[in-house]
Amino acid sequence: MADLPPVKRRISLTWLGLLPFIAFIVLFLALPTMKIVIGAFQRPDGSFTLSNLAGLFTPTILGSYWISIKISLASSAIGCLVGFLMAAGMVLGGLPKAIRSPLLTFSGVASNFAGVPLAFAFLATLGPLGLVTMFLRHEFGINLRAMGFNILSFWGLTITYLFFQIPLMILIITPALDGLKREWREAASCLGASGAQYWRIVALPILFPTILGTFALLFANAFGAVATAIALTGSSLNIVPIMLFAQIRGDVLGDPHLGYAMAFGMILVTGLANVIYILLRMRSERWLK
Amino acid sequence: MTKAASWAIMILGILYFVLPLWGMVEFSLSMRRGVYSFDAYTAVLSDPQFRQTFSYSVLMALLTILFGILLVVPTAFWVQLKLPRLRPLIEFITLMPLVIPAIVTVFGYIRLYNTSSWLPLTGTTLGTNFLLVMGYATLSLPYMYRAVDTGLRSIDVATLTEAAQSLGAGWVRIIGQIILPNVLVAVLSGSFVTFAIVMGEFTMAALLNRPAFGPYLQLMGANKAYEPFALATIAFVITWACMGLIQLVTRFTKHTKAGR
Repeated sequence: MADLPPVKRRISLTWLGLLPFIAFIVLFLALPTMKIVIGAFQRPDGSFTLSNLAGLFTPTILGSYWISIKISLASSAIGCLVGFLMAAGMVLGGLPKAIRSPLLTFSGVASNFAGVPLAFAFLATLGPLGLVTMFLRHEFGINLRAMGFNILSFWGLTITYLFFQIPLMILIITPALDGLKREWREAASCLGASGAQYWRIVALPILFPTILGTFALLFANAFGAVATAIALTGSSLNIVPIMLFAQIRGDVLGDPHLGYAMAFGMILVTGLANVIYILLRMRSERWLK
Repeated sequence: MTKAASWAIMILGILYFVLPLWGMVEFSLSMRRGVYSFDAYTAVLSDPQFRQTFSYSVLMALLTILFGILLVVPTAFWVQLKLPRLRPLIEFITLMPLVIPAIVTVFGYIRLYNTSSWLPLTGTTLGTNFLLVMGYATLSLPYMYRAVDTGLRSIDVATLTEAAQSLGAGWVRIIGQIILPNVLVAVLSGSFVTFAIVMGEFTMAALLNRPAFGPYLQLMGANKAYEPFALATIAFVITWACMGLIQLVTRFTKHTKAGR
């Protein structure tokens, strides 16, 4: 670009202001991602193939995707439900106004409190010697372990992920609940609708795109979470991020291009979830503005 | 929703959020048998590795913030002033790090910039540190850009720029001395979020083999009994402090505006 003739240069001066940004995005976001996507379709010698993707369909890798998807589905579904109920209680349930600001601030903190420390917090609570585990055993004689609960498991991970899923839902759904107009409720009750009918016929259909969209966002959020899972379970639970981490670290599958394929699969899943989120987000903004 | 049901779900929710934090703090204080003590914290704070990894992460966070400001403020300013039609596109691009998992991005870095590639950044310590800062800048881009963009929308960029230009100011001066002070609160909010993200980040630092706080936390978790919980408490306090500071600067500026 430096050797363009001066005339052309004057014309393109405006977008040149974006050059540093474009360079940054290309070098540290676009190219690395493309390298992964293209690598997923390449043999080690550079020729193109579909065998890497076919390699994903082994029981181990397919199983890891399945566990990952299940954990992401469970934690985002429960996160959406609980987050919605808490936000609805706060906005519409007649709780004191004073609860709102602390809850939103805490949600801001908690939705950023992922990673290794979060895993420790749950180990200290629901782990073998954790606060709640010991409390239940000493006070009520309930032995969580004997009942089959283990923090290093599907449900353990799901419960841990809820710590950042619920707050994220609260943060996103609160403005939407604020956007429900009083008049709609009044109009519904003038026409003789009960509270349940108002929710089923008016409010929920309006909120539905936001809820479903947030569900997709939470799903992607859980699917990409690495640090919490590694710190919590070590490598005892074969979810995709942990498999990929081990693959990058030590090439455990013996085939670097299988790593590309796994990473490509992750982009595919989170990308799809985000497309759903964006589409539904645009739909919901029609009503809630 | 009835009031009783609202209270019930709220209390259950709060219980769910408080218990893990309580458990974490309780554990971190119970290193000495039978009594609460700060032994775990003393042990952690006197560990040279803690100091090294912690200060390494602080340094990386500050470099990331500096780079983020230098990258995002001029870009957002330029888009607002000259290329408003590109705004949705730029905003979309800045959200991409939320779509592409960090582990995928850093995998791409390792493959793209390894020792046998055209730009062997991972070959030297300096290069790897640079790569890590770029990675952190990518992770914080959605938050930084949003904050700055929102800040810019609340001021009249065009008029300020024209006024500065007619007084003979160049671009560097306009951005550094006119625009930046006007969006300082937004920049600070973005910086605190970046700080919180970088201090707790694990994946990128671990895969690039850098001695950061996140990998150290994980290592301690695998090897020690009480110290990890003290470290986790410290990490939580840092996150909390960053979010608190954002609220503080926002409130602070609201006051100055009301006083005018």
